[in-house]
Parts: sequence; C-alpha cells; structure tokens
Amino acid sequence: MGLLLLVLFPAGAAAVAYFVRSARLRLGLLVGTALLHLASTARLWADPVGPELGGWLAVDALGLLVLTLVSVLFLVVAVYAVGFLRTEPPRGGRVFVSGLLGFLAAATLVAVSHHLALLWVGMETTTLSLAPLIYHRHDRRSLEAVWKYLLLSSVGIALALFGTFFLAAAQTSGRPLLLEDLIAGGARLQPALLRTAFTFLLVGYGTKMGLAPLHAWKPDTYGEAPSLVAGLMAGGLTSCAFLGVARITQVTMAAGQAAFVQPLFLAFGMVSLVVAAAFMIGQPDLKRLLAYSSVEHMGLLVLGLGLGGVGPYGTVLHLVNNGLTKGVMFLAVGNVVLVTGAATREAARGILRRLPVSGVLLLLGLFAVTGSPPFGLFLSEFIILKAAIAQGHLMIALTVVALLAVIFVGMGAVVLDVIYSPSEVPTRGAGESLLLVAGPAVLLLAVLVLGLYVPPPLNRVLLAAARGLGVTP
Amino acid sequence: MSGLHELLLLCVVLTNFWVLGTTRLSSTIRATAIQGALLAGLPIALHPGWSLHTVGLAAGTFAVKALLLPAFLSWAIREAAVRREIEPLIGFSASMVLGAVAVALSFGIAQRIPLQESNSSLLIPVALATVMVGLLVLTTRNKALTQVVGYLLLENGIYVFGLSQAERVPFLVELGVLLDIFVGIFIMGIVVFHINRAFDSLDSTRLSELKD
Amino acid sequence: MTLGPLLSLLLVLAVAPVLPGIATRTRAFLTGRRGAPVLQLYRDLAKLLRKNVIYSRTTTPVFRLGPIVSLVSILVAATLLPLDGHTALFGFSGDLVAFTGLLGLGRFALVLAGLDTGSSFEGMGASREVTVSAFAEPALLLGLTVLVLATGELSLAGMLGEQLAAAWARTLPSLVLAAAALFMVALAETSRVPVDDPATHLELTMIHEVIILDHSGPELAMILYGQALKLALFGVLVVSAVVPRALLPSGMAALALLGGLVLIAAAVGVVESSMARLRLNRVPQFLVAAGALAVFAVILLLR
Repeated sequence: MGLLLLVLFPAGAAAVAYFVRSARLRLGLLVGTALLHLASTARLWADPVGPELGGWLAVDALGLLVLTLVSVLFLVVAVYAVGFLRTEPPRGGRVFVSGLLGFLAAATLVAVSHHLALLWVGMETTTLSLAPLIYHRHDRRSLEAVWKYLLLSSVGIALALFGTFFLAAAQTSGRPLLLEDLIAGGARLQPALLRTAFTFLLVGYGTKMGLAPLHAWKPDTYGEAPSLVAGLMAGGLTSCAFLGVARITQVTMAAGQAAFVQPLFLAFGMVSLVVAAAFMIGQPDLKRLLAYSSVEHMGLLVLGLGLGGVGPYGTVLHLVNNGLTKGVMFLAVGNVVLVTGAATREAARGILRRLPVSGVLLLLGLFAVTGSPPFGLFLSEFIILKAAIAQGHLMIALTVVALLAVIFVGMGAVVLDVIYSPSEVPTRGAGESLLLVAGPAVLLLAVLVLGLYVPPPLNRVLLAAARGLGVTP
Repeated sequence: MSGLHELLLLCVVLTNFWVLGTTRLSSTIRATAIQGALLAGLPIALHPGWSLHTVGLAAGTFAVKALLLPAFLSWAIREAAVRREIEPLIGFSASMVLGAVAVALSFGIAQRIPLQESNSSLLIPVALATVMVGLLVLTTRNKALTQVVGYLLLENGIYVFGLSQAERVPFLVELGVLLDIFVGIFIMGIVVFHINRAFDSLDSTRLSELKD
Repeated sequence: MTLGPLLSLLLVLAVAPVLPGIATRTRAFLTGRRGAPVLQLYRDLAKLLRKNVIYSRTTTPVFRLGPIVSLVSILVAATLLPLDGHTALFGFSGDLVAFTGLLGLGRFALVLAGLDTGSSFEGMGASREVTVSAFAEPALLLGLTVLVLATGELSLAGMLGEQLAAAWARTLPSLVLAAAALFMVALAETSRVPVDDPATHLELTMIHEVIILDHSGPELAMILYGQALKLALFGVLVVSAVVPRALLPSGMAALALLGGLVLIAAAVGVVESSMARLRLNRVPQFLVAAGALAVFAVILLLR
C-alpha cells in the first residue's frame, strides 16, 4: 500500500488545493505534501518495500534515484514557491499549486511504475499537469510557448504509446508489459518488433527529454514559464522522461540488442551536443540559454548509455547532478527576473550589486552547469569521457571535449556579463528573502559535495542502476 | 459479425479522407465525431460476446470520442470569426493524394510486420494509415483547431493498433489512456480558445514571436 | 452480332431521354416545386427536330461538325458496353481506353465548335470544360482500373459481365467504392451539380451549357440527346459495378438495368438539390477525391 499511497497522496492534495480558498492554507498544503513525500522517500532508502498491485508498482535502483531527485527538487521548489507567490501574485494561485502537486503525483507514478503502460499514463499526466503552469502569465508569448509545448509533447507521447503497444506485441511470454517479465524473457522477445518499439519509445520519450532534433519546444517553454516551473521541468520532468528511455534500454539490453541501440544513442547524444553548443553562442536570454544547456546534458546522458562500459554509471551520476544543478540555476535566474522583470542580458546587467547572494549562486552555478571541478557534473562528465576512450571512441571523446569548451565560453560570456557589468537600470523592488535563496543554496552545496565524495549508500544504488543499463555479460 | 469490423475500418479510412478534403472547421469536427462512433463499435465487432470489458470500453470510447470531445472542440471555436481553413502548406488536392499514398504505404508496411493479425485483418493497416494521416494533418495545416484534430486522428490510429493487441493490454490501462487523451484534448481546446481570444484568429502561423 | 446486345442497346437508346427528366423532377420535388414533366426532353427533342438551323456568320464547317461528331462518338461508345449484362455489340480487349477516348473525342468536338464561334463566353466555357475533363479522365480510368483488377479482364464486356459476377461477393467493398468514384466522375462528365449547374442562366457560372449556346434546331437536339445518352452510359457503368446482372435471367437483367438507371437519375437529382455548385477552384479537389476513393479501392484489392 505504501507505494500506491505515495502516488495518491499528492494527487489528493492537488484536488484539495484546487478548492481551498485561503492562499496561506494552499501554500501550507504544498510545502507539507512536499515534506511528507521527501520523508517517505527517505524511508524507502532505509527500509525498501516490495512490489505492490501484482508487480505493477515497485521500487528498483533507477526508480529510487529518480524518485529521490524529484522529491528533493520539489521540496526546494515548493519552499521557493512560497516566496515567489508572495512577491508576484498569480491569478488566484489555485491552478498553480494544484498543477505542481499533480506533477508530483504523476512523477511519482512514473518512478515507481513497473508496468510500462502505467508508466506511459504517468508521463502523459506530467505533461498535462505542467501545461497550465507554463501559461501562468496569460500573455501572447506564453500562449505561444504552451501551444508548441502541448503539440510537440503530445505527439511525442503518442509515438511513445505506439512504441508501448509494439512492445506488447513483441512479448511472447510472461505478464504483458511488466518490466521484470520483459527483462527475464528478453531472449524470447521478437527482435524486429522490439527494435521498432525501441525506436518509437526513444523518439517519443526523447521528445519529452528534449533531445535534439526533438527539442524545439524547450527554449520557448523554459523561456516563458515561470523560472521555478522551468527548474522543475529541467530537473524533474526530464529525469522522468529519461526514466522512460532507461526502462526500454533495460529491456533491449536484456534482449541482447545492444548493437542496435548504442549507435542510436550515440547519434542522438552527439546531435544534441552540437545543437546546444551552436545555439548557446550569442543567446541573450538567460532562461533560453539554460534550456539549451538542458539539451546538452540530455545529450550527455544518452551518450553515456550508448558508450557502454562505465558509461551508464556516469549517466546515472550525471542524472542526479544535472537535476540538482538545473534547480540552482533556474531558481537563481528566477530571483533575477523577480527584481529586473526580464531574464535578458540587457535587463539583468550588474546583478551582483543588487542581489549579492543570487549573483554568487548564479556565478557558482555557471561553473557547476558547464562541468567545472570541483562540482559534481565534472565528475560525471569525466566518467563518460573515460568510457568513450575506453571503448575506443576517441573521436567522440575529442569532439565532446571541444563542444563542452565551446559551451563554457558561450554560457560564460552571457552569465559573467550579467553578473559583473555595471548598469543603470532601476530595480523593481523585492529584495532577497531567505525563502528565495535558501533552497538553491542547499542544492548547490549538494552538487559541490557530490563532486568531491559520493556517499556509499548512493554509490550502491548508482551501481545497481548502471548494471541494468549496461550490456549484460 | 466478422464482416462488421471490416466495414467499420473501411469507414474509418473514409473519414480520414473526409478530414483531408474539407475546408470547413465544423466539418472536420463532425468527421472526428463520426470516426469516434465507428471506433466505439470496433471492440464489440471484434469480440462478440458483450463482456463487461468490451461494453465498458465501447461506451467509454463513444462518450469521449464521439460526444464529449467534438462538443468541446465546437465550444472552443464558437467565438472564431473565420470558420474555414485557409490553403494549407501543401494544398488540399496534394493532401488528398498524399493521404491515398499513406493508405497504400500502410497496407504495404503492414504486410511486412511480423504480427499475427497483419496478414488477414484490416486492423494494422488502418491503424497505420490513420496515424500517418493524423501526422499529415498535424504538420501541414494552419489553423490551431485542425492541428488538434490531426492529433486526435493520430491518437485514434494508435487506439486501433492497441485494439489489435487487446489481450496483452489490460482494460484498466486502456481506460487510463482514454482518460489521458481526453484531458489532453481538453487542455488543448482551452488553449485554442485562448489563442482565438488573444490573436483574434485561429491561424497558428501568427504564433511566431518566439525564435532564436 | 447477336440479338440480345442489339435489343438492349435499342432499349437504352430509347430510354435515355427520360433520365435527365427524372433528375430534374426529383430535384424540383425535393426543393418544394412541381417541376417539368418527366418526358419533357422527348417533347423538346421533337420540337427541335422540326425547327430550322441557324449558323452564325463567324463559324466554319467545324461548327457544323461538332454536334454530329459528339453524338456519333457517344453512340459508338455505347456499343462497347455490355448493356445486356453479358456481351457488348463491338467489344474488344482494351476497349476501356477506347471508351474513354471516344468520350473525350465527343467533348473535344463540342469544345472546338464552341471556340469556333469566336464568342468570349464560349471560349471561357471551353477552357473550363477542358480543365474539368483533364481531372475527370484520370479518375475515370482509376475507377475502371478497380474493375480490371477485380476481374482480370481488359474489355468492358468482361469487366462488367460474367467475370464481375463471379468476383462480386469477394470484392464488394472495392466495387462499392469504385461505383462511388464513378458516380462522382459521372457528375463531372454530364455537367451536373456540384461541378456545373444545368439550371443556371448566368453564363459566367456555366461550364458546359455556355459552349452549346450557339447551336440550334436539330443540332441542338443531337447535343441534348448525346448528353442524356452519356448520363445513361455512366449509369450503366455504376449499376453494373454493383449489381451482378450476369447472374440474372435476361428479362430480370433488363428490368434491373432500367431500375438502376432510374435510381441513378434520382440520385443525381438528390445530389443536385442538396449541394451547391462548387467554386471553380474546388472542382479539381472534388475529382481528386474521386480518384483517391478509387485508389483506396485498388489498395483493398491488392492486399
């Protein structure tokens, strides 16, 4: 019952929040649910539960990682939202809080679902629950952003459903679409149908991840949504989408189709990196810049999967680091927007003087997100590069290093300009309340710690997750 | 009853052509309503026996695809001044020709997929054809509402494909899928309504402010 | 030359003028009027035959040839169809192309006659007519292709005769679709709504009517009779595709044919009363849709 409750509780809270009148009560419900969710997730680490509902819901290493990441990120975002909704009153706030809680419920469903069609239902629900949040400002630009998001995401999810049905057709034994049975019966899966299923699922869930060339919705959506929503999407939604890709990877690896799967991953990974690097140069808008950074990191994730060897370990470590770092960056940019009104280079100049803490967070976050030591992303990117060299893909390793350098220069130019240049633009008022900086600061600290030392329990889970994603001997 | 499901599937393809060829927005909505009704009849035609599974699925599909969604989409465009589709990206005649090509392709592909049903029944080819026509409408039309209709066709095609795997995909999941699609189109309809209000037109080529 | 086909040809020739009358009467009835009598075209033809012919000073012998060629070509085309359900008077393998060509010849002759008058209305009508037929002919051939694939025969007599009856049960969905496509082509070829409105008096909206504006007397009678015969021939095509007349005894087959023709004419009337004429740039789309239906029928046969 525990896992089912973990899904249903935020869903129920979402429904309740829609009808509660008092804003204070709503925010309390938001933070309270987030705290409870994190506490329950922490308990799962110490005291794992077995499968429920006939194996449909279960927690394995990968699922636990994504669940924890989403839970931590959500708590930080919830605390930030309290500060955010105070300074920028939205249209009632009901839809906002309900949407956030609905996302939490759906993301939990994705993380704990071992029935691949149920996972699809969860993915679709995450897509839909965030749509009203993107349209928060109710102006033309956000309308255009939410329209593109809905259309592209829905097509992607539809193709993923198509792939799921192909997978069901490929299965000849065992309970249909149940992860354990798919992996156990891997050798008996019909190869042609499995490959078709994989392709559709990669394209479908890849659209949700934001892999190039399926990333067109990302810059517009991250650019127009409120920063905390964009941060939740960049850290939480992409991780859930990655989990979808990871599940089908587990199945195809168990079925011995690594030779078909890995080149696809390499291709998508490299294209994503190239596209990200190309569009980051000269990008004036901070949030769109971060969107392309998200594309880059998604590319690195699938690159790790495609390299084999120690690559998957790097991928899962990168998943955790990326989620936390995106949280820092988007929330820091959110503070900038609250004060200056826009996230562009011109509007946000000289932010270090006006918002010292956020400015420092932005600066350190820049180093973190571009993969500089001693932050966590450096370690995971290093592991992925090591895998590339070990597997003999020397050209790929060199290209990746070059692209990462380009990205560093591109991003650095914009962010450093924003932080340091002097400006005469008047500020809009709000200072830096504790609520708005505490969360990102904690996340940044976590990323720093992870760069220096991976605690053994986390390492065990990472290794277990990577094992399922690698080639079975 | 064995001939009934073939007849239903043939009519589904005819409704696809109807959507491709019509210029009036209300006509496209009517075509999807009729397609929804046809799809609702499919589970009963495929598995004669009136079990709870088939009747429930048929009733749910009919309610959502033939009644609720078309009514909702009509509501979304009720304030729209222009109810006709302007010349799409590739022209109406070319769309029709491409639709015929898509049907031919899907019959050809269906022969090659190693699924037990593909050789004898029409389910797989019609599913693939509807998916392709849905993608065609989605990518080549200018009006936001027609794009939503294209998405609906895409989902209908996947639904037909799912029916061919009926034994493997349990009832609860089909209901969940139906519900998700309903909510998805619901939200899209609301956005279409807002687009009409903000831009005073349903022309999605006006949504071009955000770019790099 | 056997008796059966000859008799049925004579029957169709005699009955043809009734069909436009039925169409007009049905249309009038559905729009709340009484309409002209069903046998009106016979009276019109008789009246026209008694009248003189007037030739415009700008015309040449081409103008006089037009109606003659058009009527003769339609008559020859009629001999290619298996009107009794089994054999045609002069059928041969591959005569479906000849059939299409003869219809085209007739139309071409009328168009030339129209151009010959030097009037701008008729020139406009000529260009429209040729455009419509450029789209109608592929659709017609595609519809006939369905019949070719269903029966494996290349002659019209074979396609619409015994072999079709043998293949009928197996290929019925495709045949229905092909019949629908052929019906749409028939509407275009006989200049009916939604392609052309025969009841309009505004020359700028006409396609076929305006070409024959300058004809008079017996020549006009020839053209009107040719039109009616064309409608009958297409009606035979559509009816033969869906009704396996070869299985019926000859008396029943003839009755079935007549009944089917009446039904087709009534259907034309229903379509005319329920739709408006399409805008000119939508007419090609209409015919492409007919072609798409035929292609779909072909796909169903090939799988």
